Amino acid sequence: MTRSPHHQAAIVGIGQTEFSKRSGRSELQLAVEAARAALDDAGLRPADVDGLVTFDIDSNDETAVVRSVGMTEVRWTSRTPQGGAGSVATLQHAAAAVASGAADVVVIYRAFNERSGRRYGQPGAFGGRRTRDWHRAYGLDTPAQQFALWFQRYMHMYGVTNADFGRYGVVARQHAATNPNAWFYQRPITLEDHQRSRWIVEPILRLLDCCQESDGGVACVVTSPERARDLRHPVVLIEGATQSNPTDGYVTTNYYHQDLTRYPEAESVAAQLWKSTGLGPGDIDVAMLYDAFSPVVFYQLEAFGFCGRGEAGDFIADGNIQLGGRLPVNTNGGLLGEAYIHGMNNIAEAVRQLRGTAVNQVPRAEHVLCSSGRSAAVLGRG
Amino acid sequence: MEPMTTASTVSPWDDAIFWEGVDGGRLLLARCARCSRIQHPPSPMCPSCGSVSWDVQESSGKGRLHSWIVSHHPSRPDAEPRVVVLVDLDDGVRFVSNLHNVQLDEIQVDMPVEVTFQLVGDTVLPLFTRPGGGT
Ligand SMILES: [Zn+2]
Repeated sequence: MTRSPHHQAAIVGIGQTEFSKRSGRSELQLAVEAARAALDDAGLRPADVDGLVTFDIDSNDETAVVRSVGMTEVRWTSRTPQGGAGSVATLQHAAAAVASGAADVVVIYRAFNERSGRRYGQPGAFGGRRTRDWHRAYGLDTPAQQFALWFQRYMHMYGVTNADFGRYGVVARQHAATNPNAWFYQRPITLEDHQRSRWIVEPILRLLDCCQESDGGVACVVTSPERARDLRHPVVLIEGATQSNPTDGYVTTNYYHQDLTRYPEAESVAAQLWKSTGLGPGDIDVAMLYDAFSPVVFYQLEAFGFCGRGEAGDFIADGNIQLGGRLPVNTNGGLLGEAYIHGMNNIAEAVRQLRGTAVNQVPRAEHVLCSSGRSAAVLGRG
Repeated sequence: MEPMTTASTVSPWDDAIFWEGVDGGRLLLARCARCSRIQHPPSPMCPSCGSVSWDVQESSGKGRLHSWIVSHHPSRPDAEPRVVVLVDLDDGVRFVSNLHNVQLDEIQVDMPVEVTFQLVGDTVLPLFTRPGGGT
């Protein structure tokens, strides 16, 4: 087994604010609270940080973060593309910086007031309707609508119904129900609740198929495995991390690949990771799958080979993704059940699973998959 | 029917050719002037050969419905919910549009559709309807 270059980095700190619907403070304050919490968790000082990674659309400028957290000087910054689809690519960026020597200690941060401020699910959140363009002119105003046009083809080809999607939503809330940080803490739902929730995009997505809208921040600290061994927590290795940006791919309006029942980007990151890590679907103990909407979990389960094509509904209905199942998925409740911190809260949960500190701990978790569809990583116990 | 073509003399500003076609009641696809690759949505450079010169090919406007949703955001709905569709044109191009003059319970994936040019607000857009239904 060859070690990928990204194997030369480890996650040594995670930090977060509370997740809420109204934080009552600035996005910068959320970012720096999360960053400071992650450094405290790692047992590192702000002065140790020399790298920063965040998302393309994060509003918090790197200089403002440096100045507020009390970092001395940062010599590596980068931003990942494609919003939440690039959330796991932050690990690839940070690992590459550490492996190359461009930085020794990298803080990844993502913070926003996505409920009390700019709500991504509202029409116009990413610019108003255009009179003439390829998508928005026809009424594709929100991510839910844009994605649903893709999901419909999957439903048609495999005879999948909205109730099938609902079974993922039930599991996500079941996991959230025992997670005090989750919006759905102590509030499990039934399939009947799901089927009674209102249509967001008929006939594909109901309200309970959609992720939370949340205020909050999450940060991670990445450094070398050698340095990680001297720090306070069990070592969590980035065993592999990669992206896929194939030709004819679009981020939300991904309609131009031939077969819309598949997710070619996720299939590619899966193939890359299995090759670079020498692992396969059977080696994964927990999967953290980006779940902006329930059907994306179906696509990812199939792309990574956890089940056959068109079989995700049965795989979920058979109990495989629940705690105690063959492959527990989104053990924190995911973006549907815990919070929508653009995928970063799912990465923090992966780290907790490998440390053995998750509230819904999977016994002896050794390899955890983190996927945001167009980017993915395998994390492992060092 | 042999597709009609219209040569463009200069490289367009990416999408301009298409909308000029719509204004003339025609569905024009960008076709590489060097290698004839059809590129939709258009891009400034041909990914097959690197050319930045584009001709157009007029689409028959016929195809099949590949997928559909109802556009009706619960908190900020359209005045009239629109059916957003993906159409696979016979030219091998996938196209986002709206379904025109078809009732919800009549929609079927893979049903044949053809283009119709309709005024939406104050702009003409290429929409799709059942064959012969574009009156
Ligand atoms: Zn060409």
